[in-house]
Amino acid sequence: MIDMKFVRKKYTTGKIEFEALKGIDLTVGKNEFISVMGPSGSGKSTLMNIMGCLDIPSSGEYLLEGINVRTLSANQLAEVRNQKVGFVFQSFNLLPYATAFENVEIPLLFAGVKARQRRDRVMNLLAQVGLAEKVGNKPTEMSGGEMQRVAIARALANKPNLILADEPTGNLDSKSGGEIINIFRQLWQEGHTIIIITHDQNVAKQTLRTIRLKDGTIDNNGNGSAPL
Amino acid sequence: MLPFQTVKQFLRDMRHQKLRTFMTMGGILWGTLAIVLLFAFGKGIHKQQIKSQKGLGENIAIVWPGMTTKPWQGLPKGREIRFTEEDVALLKSKVDGIARISPEYSRWNVFMKYGKNEMVQNIIGVWPEFGEMRNLIPEIGGRFINSLDIVQKRRVVFLGDELKSQLLGERPAIGEFILINNVPFQVVGVLKTKKQDSSYNGRDSRKAFIPSSTFTGMYSILYPNNFVVQHAEGGSMESVKDQIYKILGKKYRFDPADEEALGIWDVTEGMKFLTTFFFAFRVFLVGIGIATLITGGIGVSNIMNVVLEERTKEIGIKMALGAKKSLIMGQFIFETLLLTLTGGLIGYLIGVGIVSVMPIFKVEEFIGVPEIDILGTGMAIIVLGMIGLAAGYFPARRASNLQPVEALKLF
Repeated sequence: MIDMKFVRKKYTTGKIEFEALKGIDLTVGKNEFISVMGPSGSGKSTLMNIMGCLDIPSSGEYLLEGINVRTLSANQLAEVRNQKVGFVFQSFNLLPYATAFENVEIPLLFAGVKARQRRDRVMNLLAQVGLAEKVGNKPTEMSGGEMQRVAIARALANKPNLILADEPTGNLDSKSGGEIINIFRQLWQEGHTIIIITHDQNVAKQTLRTIRLKDGTIDNNGNGSAPL
Repeated sequence: MLPFQTVKQFLRDMRHQKLRTFMTMGGILWGTLAIVLLFAFGKGIHKQQIKSQKGLGENIAIVWPGMTTKPWQGLPKGREIRFTEEDVALLKSKVDGIARISPEYSRWNVFMKYGKNEMVQNIIGVWPEFGEMRNLIPEIGGRFINSLDIVQKRRVVFLGDELKSQLLGERPAIGEFILINNVPFQVVGVLKTKKQDSSYNGRDSRKAFIPSSTFTGMYSILYPNNFVVQHAEGGSMESVKDQIYKILGKKYRFDPADEEALGIWDVTEGMKFLTTFFFAFRVFLVGIGIATLITGGIGVSNIMNVVLEERTKEIGIKMALGAKKSLIMGQFIFETLLLTLTGGLIGYLIGVGIVSVMPIFKVEEFIGVPEIDILGTGMAIIVLGMIGLAAGYFPARRASNLQPVEALKLF
């Protein structure tokens, strides 16, 4: 699924150079359920951005499902994000003026799916996350947990193998957070690869493997973690 | 992504930004409205000027006696040159390119009377052609002087419309007799009200016109005050003037190059000036118009840049979900074009509305009838489209060049 070899990422802001990732070697197989932990500034989010092709490594090699990401054009990267990766963000990142239905529909629109199939797919996904009743609601008319479920439905729209979640429960109360983690667990059981970035020990405990980052390097790649 | 869905999504995005949409459109709307009105009023005023100019007559020149300024064939300078009615007839038969010609005798302060109304006005003696040359169109039921009037030296008169009102009031004038110099004259026609902004011995509306033969008989006069000549359609006044100088120069022995020997007012030159002036005026209007639109365009571009800031996150989300560069760019360009063109269209329609209600205000005499200028407006639309494209393109390029992670501000 994911194969990283000595991936580095440098950011330059004016004269200040900052190395967020200092050579990451990581392999993730199909249908894994992983959490990524580490203190603030350890490079968790940068790692996720690179995994999800939102950003490209400064050096090193990254293969996503066998595709060398560094060789892709901007449009090819867009296609990879559309087809192969689903994102779930801490702050949901829903379009505020669009309804639940319209938000979930966006990746399908970009993929050129026909109207009828799009409708069916969106309705199924919203039903799957328990929001069949809220298709017409806008984010402002939903709770945090509901918004995150819309985001998950959106992430699943084009049936990607890889779901990346950046602190998906960070803005939620523990009950809603628990529900969201249950949904991820279910998706894992259905065959998706789930990678959750989290600060929350309880969330990490529910995953099968925990990768620990420290200062831009992997402290513990979690291989051999005991399944729960 | 299918074009229809794209458009639908763009429209939805725009609906959620009402204030911004309204403000962007407002700038362009105002610019277009200003241009449409500038052009429409410019054209109205131009036409009004031409019409007023034509009130005096089209393609005509007025020729007065003059004084030589050059010695010629042994004769000294400073000789008065006068012409007779026979000379006018001679010119008519000799000069190529003359459409019409008529002598004009005039006398000021002539006593006129109808019933108890008395007044002192100008009286003019002319040939029938004079009426057509000088646009002296009779009101329905009347006529101008005709050739039989000339031959028979009839005592008939064609009255200016103002003079008629002063003498006869609202009464029908045709067939009535008025006294001119205590001689009865029958009214055969009344001038249909016309616009005239230039004249050489008073407005036609205050004059009385009688046959030249009657005039010379009444006053025992040999020399007309002047004559009026009209060049043929498609001909030129220059050639007519040259021939007049040559023929009269030969007869009265003056240098044909001595322009002071005859006083000529070439009305067509005024027309040429007017045409040039209004061409310059239009260029000026076009300049103002383009500047206005560019100002509007800069406004749109600024707003689109602000929009870009506002919507960076939205762009980031869309990129994360797989939107390609072309889509982000397309959305921005589409939005600006749509805003620009809609604003332009509304501005245009308001302009058309204002132009079409102008006649209600009865200001035709001062500014003419404004008229939508198709060419000018068409150009404005092209410029508008280009501005819309430019105003949208640069923010769009900035937007589409963002890295998804920058747009999402994730780090």
